[in-house]
Amino acid sequence: MNPGHIREAMMCEPHIEEDFDITEKEKGRLINKLKTAQESIAEIKDGATIMVGGFMACGTPEILIDALVEKNVKKLTIICNDAGVPGRGVGKLLSNGQIKTLIASHVGLNPEVAKRMNTDVEEDKLECILVPQGTLAERVRAGGAGLGGFLTPTGVGTIVAEGKQVIEVDGREYLLEKPLRADFALIRGSVTDMFGNTTYNGTTRTFNPMMATAADYVIVGTCEVVEIGEIDPNNVVTSGIFIDAIVGGETQWQI
Amino acid sequence: MADIKQIIAARVAKELKDGDVVNLGIGLPTMVANFLPEGVDIVLQSENGIMGMGPAPASGDEDVDIVNAGAQYVTVNPGAMFFDSATSFGIIRGGHVDATILGALEVDQHGNLANWIVPGKMVPGMGGAMDLVVGAKKVIVSMQHTQKGAHKILKECKLPYTAVGVVDMIITEMGVMEVKPEGITLTELHPDFTLDEIKAATGCELIISPDLKPME
Repeated sequence: MNPGHIREAMMCEPHIEEDFDITEKEKGRLINKLKTAQESIAEIKDGATIMVGGFMACGTPEILIDALVEKNVKKLTIICNDAGVPGRGVGKLLSNGQIKTLIASHVGLNPEVAKRMNTDVEEDKLECILVPQGTLAERVRAGGAGLGGFLTPTGVGTIVAEGKQVIEVDGREYLLEKPLRADFALIRGSVTDMFGNTTYNGTTRTFNPMMATAADYVIVGTCEVVEIGEIDPNNVVTSGIFIDAIVGGETQWQI
Repeated sequence: MADIKQIIAARVAKELKDGDVVNLGIGLPTMVANFLPEGVDIVLQSENGIMGMGPAPASGDEDVDIVNAGAQYVTVNPGAMFFDSATSFGIIRGGHVDATILGALEVDQHGNLANWIVPGKMVPGMGGAMDLVVGAKKVIVSMQHTQKGAHKILKECKLPYTAVGVVDMIITEMGVMEVKPEGITLTELHPDFTLDEIKAATGCELIISPDLKPME
């Protein structure tokens, strides 16, 4: 089969949109998820806990971060893989003094973190809680999957184990790590349909699928919004059931 | 002496077998992929969500959605897959990565590793390192033998651990060392150095293998 045949075969897939029987009422409800960035974050107040997807800002919804910077809400607890870099991702929130507590696995590529952790101005002091990356990902997953935690060998015998229960299973020691949830999750999609079904291109996926399941209100900033049925169900990574608000116009990431 | 980093990377590459699933740390370890022997194809895992990572793209050919764990543009090889971070670390902790190659601030004779924090000075965070060294089948530390003369291979790590008892092998510009229950054993010595020099540059007892070979 040459590539041309494959393309034709794909085009001959069953017409998915015809398989959906959507009433006008349902359509109205679904379309109401479409919001501007400003509308989508309207409920985010000072002191909120927010999960932000992405890895070194690849897979972070910049359009939503920009709206948060504009709104200037303060004392946020941010759960993100890293601190981004100055001018990108959660680095923008950090530079704007909006983060009180950062829960992340790596902050070394954003020099602002050290600066803000070591400031003498008590009110501006950043609390940084470092969590091994695999543990962070799994804690978020557990938070969205109804689990009370999980046992991981990562961190045994290190300062990560301080204050945690060590449980031995079949002769090996594990740390009990607890689930993480948040008030809001800001995730980034490549293509999202009007229901919220979302795909992620390349390495933009990162923490986004887990975070979409682990917050009370989930906003997707996405590059392309399409009609329901346009994404092959085989390719949907995050179901629309997890998504509360859809914001289009996210631009592709540039280093 | 040729570039130290290239010497180390070239020697590390010889530890990899055809078909190995490998995670390379940022910096020197990344260079290992450039020195793979003829006939050895490995599958590179990148913790930000790639199995089957390829080399850097030519300028102008970048896909802005595809980066490595150092946030540099990369390509993917035919047969590659993308996944989320929970899946990525399931692969890592689950023992599906054959080897991880990473740098260190300190390693000690018990195979303890410190590479994520210098309290009061530098707090970059552990990133994926704690999971990688606990989960990978073989942990190879590749680094310069000393930090400007200061010992990095020690009796006991002074810095907070990344993990305990995980390091299998240390490869530096001076030699190749295996971490064994009886201690750190020198198996290869680089011809540019003498036994006395490498012993002096090491902060713990160095057991000399009876089969000591020159490092190539």
